[in-house]
Amino acid sequence: MDDRKRICAPLSNSDVASVRAGDLVLISGDVIGARDAAHRRLFELLEQGRPLPVDLRGQIIYYVGPTPARPGEVIGTAGPTTAGRMDPYTPALLAVGLKGMIGKGSRSQAVQEAMQAHKAVYFAAVGGIGALLRRCVEGVRAIAYEDLGPEAMRLITLKDFPAIVVNDCHGGDLYAEARKRFARR
Amino acid sequence: MLAGGRLLPYGRWSCVIIGVRLTRAILREIPAEAITEALARLYRDANTRLPEDVLAALRAARDQEDSPAGREALEQIIRNAEVAAQDSIAMCQDTGVAVVFLDIGQGVCITGGGLEKAVNEGVRRGCQEGYLRPSVVADPLQRVNTGDNTPAVMHVCVVPGDGVRIAVAPKGAGAENKSALRMLTPADGVEGVKRFVVETVSAAGPDACPPFVVGVGLGGNFESCALLAKRALLRQVGQPSPEQHLAELERELLREVNALGIGPSGFGGRTTALAVHVEAAPCHIASLPVAVNIQCHAARHAETTL
Repeated sequence: MDDRKRICAPLSNSDVASVRAGDLVLISGDVIGARDAAHRRLFELLEQGRPLPVDLRGQIIYYVGPTPARPGEVIGTAGPTTAGRMDPYTPALLAVGLKGMIGKGSRSQAVQEAMQAHKAVYFAAVGGIGALLRRCVEGVRAIAYEDLGPEAMRLITLKDFPAIVVNDCHGGDLYAEARKRFARR
Repeated sequence: MLAGGRLLPYGRWSCVIIGVRLTRAILREIPAEAITEALARLYRDANTRLPEDVLAALRAARDQEDSPAGREALEQIIRNAEVAAQDSIAMCQDTGVAVVFLDIGQGVCITGGGLEKAVNEGVRRGCQEGYLRPSVVADPLQRVNTGDNTPAVMHVCVVPGDGVRIAVAPKGAGAENKSALRMLTPADGVEGVKRFVVETVSAAGPDACPPFVVGVGLGGNFESCALLAKRALLRQVGQPSPEQHLAELERELLREVNALGIGPSGFGGRTTALAVHVEAAPCHIASLPVAVNIQCHAARHAETTL
C-alpha cells in the first residue's frame, strides 16, 4: 500500500508525465463522474462550438454509473465501467484539456495517440469491485444532466482510490505489455 | 413457451406428459404473488452474494496466480465479495439485466395474475428495495431508461412435476457486449470451434472483467445456440460436462484461454478464465453453430424452487 504513488486531482502536465504504465497509484481529490450518455452530450456541445457545463482543463473523468445511494450513505456501489465505449468522444475531450481518465479495459489507437499528443493518462481500477471502491468515495455532488439518472454527471471526491496506470503519455500500454509477458505461446 | 424443448434433457418428452397430466387434472396452485416475492428476493440476493463455488474458484486462482498485479486484482475481487455480503450491497454497480429461467412443472397452475407480469413485478421490487441500478432502456435507439430494470429476459421451460424452479442470473453489459456467435460449417470441425472461442476471449480481453467463466454453446440453430451458451453459465464453476468429449474440449479450451496471458482484470497472469463450460445440442447436417457467452468474474446467480 505504502509504495503506491499518490495522485491528486486535478492534474498538471508534470503529474501526468511522472507516471508510467504499470504504476500502482492511489487517487485522491475531486474527479468528474461521467459515462456514455453524458459523453455524447459533451461531444455534441463541442461539435456545435458551445460551452461545456464544466471546465475540463486538468480534470480526471471517472467512467462510473453508481447504484443509487442508500439513505445515509454517500454513494452506492461505484466501480469503473468499460472505457472503450467512450473512445469515440475522448480525443475531443483531451483536446480541451482533460488530463486523466479512470475506467477499465483497452483504449483505441486514436485515444492512445491523443493522450500522447495532449499529455494525458488513463488509469484502470479493477472492474466489478464497486462495493469495495465505494469506500474510497468521500463525497458526491451533481454537476449536470441529472435527467440521465445513473448516467448523470457528478463531482466525486475520492480518497486513496486504488488504480493502476494502463496508458501513460509516453506510449506505455500495461495491457499489451502484460499480455506479452504472461502469454505462454 | 416450449422453445427450450431441446435444451433440457427431459424437454422433448414433456409434451407427451402434458397430455397425461391434463387428463388426470392434477394441479398444484401457485399464486403469482409467490413468484413475484421469490423474484424480488433472488434478484437482490444474486447481486449481493457471490455463490460459494465462484468464491472458491477465485481463491484457488489467487493461490496459483504468479503475476503480482494479477494476484492483487484477485485479492480485491475476493475482498469486494466479502464487503458486498457484509453490507448487503450490490457487488458491482452493473446489477445487470435480470435473466430469469423458469422451469414450470406441468402440474402447476399459476393463479391470481399473469406469469410475465409477476416476474417483472419481482424484478421491479428487487431493483427498488435492493437499491440496484436501473440499467435497462425501453428502446435500443431512443434509449430512455425504464427506471426499474424491467423487463426481465425470460426463458420458460415446461417440465414434468408440480414445482416451479426459478433461477435469476443478472448479466452486466461489460461481458455481455463481448459475447459472440458464429455459424461455422461442419468442415471447420473442432479446430474451428476452438479458434473461434479463443479469438472471442482474446478480443474480450481486459474490458470484460476477467477472470471469466466462458459459456460455449455448440450446435442447435442460430437462436438456440446462444441460449445453450447462456445456460452453460448456470453450471457450478468448473464442473465438467458429463459428456467425455465435451469435458475434454473444456479442458483444452481452458488451457488455451489461460495461455493468452490476459490475467485477472487484464493486468497479466495465468488466470484469464476460471472455467469453460460447453453445452451441446443436435444440429443440421450443414451447420456447426458456436456461441460464446462471456461471464465476468461476478458470476452471479441465485435460484429457488417453489
